Amino acid sequence: MNTEILDEMDKEKVVEVQSLYAAFGDTVVLSDVSFTAHKGEVCVILGGSGSGKTTVLKHLLSLYPVKRGLVKVLGKDVSRLREVEQVELYLQMGVFYQSGALINSLTVAENVALPLAQHSDLPDDLIDEIVMMKLSLVNLSHAFHLYPSQLSGGMLKRAALARAIVMNPPLLFCDEPGAGLDPVSLESLDSLILNLKEKMGMSIILVTHEVSSILRVADRIVFLDNGVVAFEGPLSEAIRSEQPAVREFFSVLKNEHMRQLVS
Amino acid sequence: MRKKRHSLPRDIRCGDEALARLDGQVLKMKGQLTIDQAPDFIAGFFRCFRPEHHQSLHIDLGLLENVDSAGVMALHYVQQKMREKNIRVEMSGATATVLDKIRLFSPDEGIAVAQPLKAGWLERTGDAIHRFFSNYLFGFLLLAANVFYWGITDLFRTKVRRKGEVVNQAVLIGVNAVLIIVFLSFVIGYVIALHSAGQLRIFGANIFVVDLVVFSIMSQMGPLITAILVAGRSGSAIAAEIGTMKVTAELDALKTMGLNPNRFVVVPKLYACMLTLPFLIVFANVAGITGGALAANVYLDITPHIFINRMQDIMMMKDLYTALVKSQVYAGLIVLTGSFYGFRVERGAEGVGRMTTAAVVVSITLVILADAILGVLFY
Repeated sequence: MNTEILDEMDKEKVVEVQSLYAAFGDTVVLSDVSFTAHKGEVCVILGGSGSGKTTVLKHLLSLYPVKRGLVKVLGKDVSRLREVEQVELYLQMGVFYQSGALINSLTVAENVALPLAQHSDLPDDLIDEIVMMKLSLVNLSHAFHLYPSQLSGGMLKRAALARAIVMNPPLLFCDEPGAGLDPVSLESLDSLILNLKEKMGMSIILVTHEVSSILRVADRIVFLDNGVVAFEGPLSEAIRSEQPAVREFFSVLKNEHMRQLVS
Repeated sequence: MRKKRHSLPRDIRCGDEALARLDGQVLKMKGQLTIDQAPDFIAGFFRCFRPEHHQSLHIDLGLLENVDSAGVMALHYVQQKMREKNIRVEMSGATATVLDKIRLFSPDEGIAVAQPLKAGWLERTGDAIHRFFSNYLFGFLLLAANVFYWGITDLFRTKVRRKGEVVNQAVLIGVNAVLIIVFLSFVIGYVIALHSAGQLRIFGANIFVVDLVVFSIMSQMGPLITAILVAGRSGSAIAAEIGTMKVTAELDALKTMGLNPNRFVVVPKLYACMLTLPFLIVFANVAGITGGALAANVYLDITPHIFINRMQDIMMMKDLYTALVKSQVYAGLIVLTGSFYGFRVERGAEGVGRMTTAAVVVSITLVILADAILGVLFY
């Protein structure tokens, strides 16, 4: 156990949250959230509906201002960043939104090229090549000319993933990437996420409910319950956790896993 | 001593169907109690049951065959009302199926819904004034400052601009509006000349129809009609586009890609509107004056040649400069108002509709106010 703690201390922290508090009007969403995510890991943020997962993610992405507590992303305190520093931080992050959030007036290729075209001095030909390479990575090179409204749900998510990784960010945030996908598409998306971690060395913060995804990709679990972290640690420990909410969730997971094994 | 009254048993019905029989303090349910019967059951029960004559109510569910969530809530409602009147309520005899449904649909006890405190008129007025200044005025000025800052700094930095976006927006805002603006301005010019023709003819001042048409179109109607039409067409489109982008998290995506939404979305629209509005005003002026010239020819026998000669005498360059200044002010107001309301969209599609309407109303109001102020300044 002691060696595990020492190992954790040795790992570089990509995300560090301490005593984060958030409220909308009189409704307290996060009362005291503290956790860390380490380099080269897939950290899954779990929790029931309304447990505050998306609120935590939006704080990490600086889309909500930090009113109380500390949020550090890639070693930088997000509440103290100037606009230029914030943009620099954004360039080191990729964000994969649940809805895809592709710009509807641009084609898939233009969407993926957008961060490169805006933030790099690369010639247009090279940008096009990089875009096609990223699109082929997500098996979407055939749809480069289509508009987001012409894509299926799975294609939309893959295009969004291609855009999120086009700048080769060291840190990738994924907000419920598997929502609304069939099991086959979900598995291929999970393989992509694993590839990003293993081959490109990305650290990934993943918000998901999908039990099969958690089993496939998670290294570390942060379990939110009623605005606090009910559990934080490796997946293997989460499954054995005695905390009631965590145990309840993972009893479902075990059943699901059992069913998968049987099938 | 007061004599205890005994009333005859009474049936509670829903149409021809008997729902329950009330016999003194015993309510015997029967048949079904679903969403179709629940309203009649509640109304019938309170019509028949006299709370002042009883201390308790026994609900016999033995003959109740089926109940749904609305039925369970109706029973719960009766129970709650009786408790409020200090009448003890007991239920018994439910079959296993009915009991299961009662357990399934029973509301959680003890959850009190906090009623929001109603604010007084003074508080409401103060709140509205505070909201106007902090949310609307300050927010609008902040957006205007941000957009103009990026608008000016990006003017010569072509690399940061999306390729073809200004042209694209210019087509949407300007080119596509040419036909409707030309048509309406022509009609307005014609109508102005037509209505003044009768009066001028009386005084033998036919030629002054040219002055009337040219002055009114050049200094007022041309710029104003153009701005109102563009506000209606493009102000709403801008608000709806930005609002939808907010709802679908596209604005969040832009931010997390390190792109400023004001710079990326609003500035190209501002350039396009500022670029096309002066041309649209010129088209409107030409069309309006042409309409006036046609009416002058038809009703006052002023030939186009005479009309043009007179027009050259009375037209001033100042009118053109004024129109140019007005066009830039109107363009700024239309784009900023549309964007401001677009960024304020909340709660999905309904929010988009509400803010689009607000954007059109406010931008037209602001355009008319700006016209009045500029009219006084350039008088």
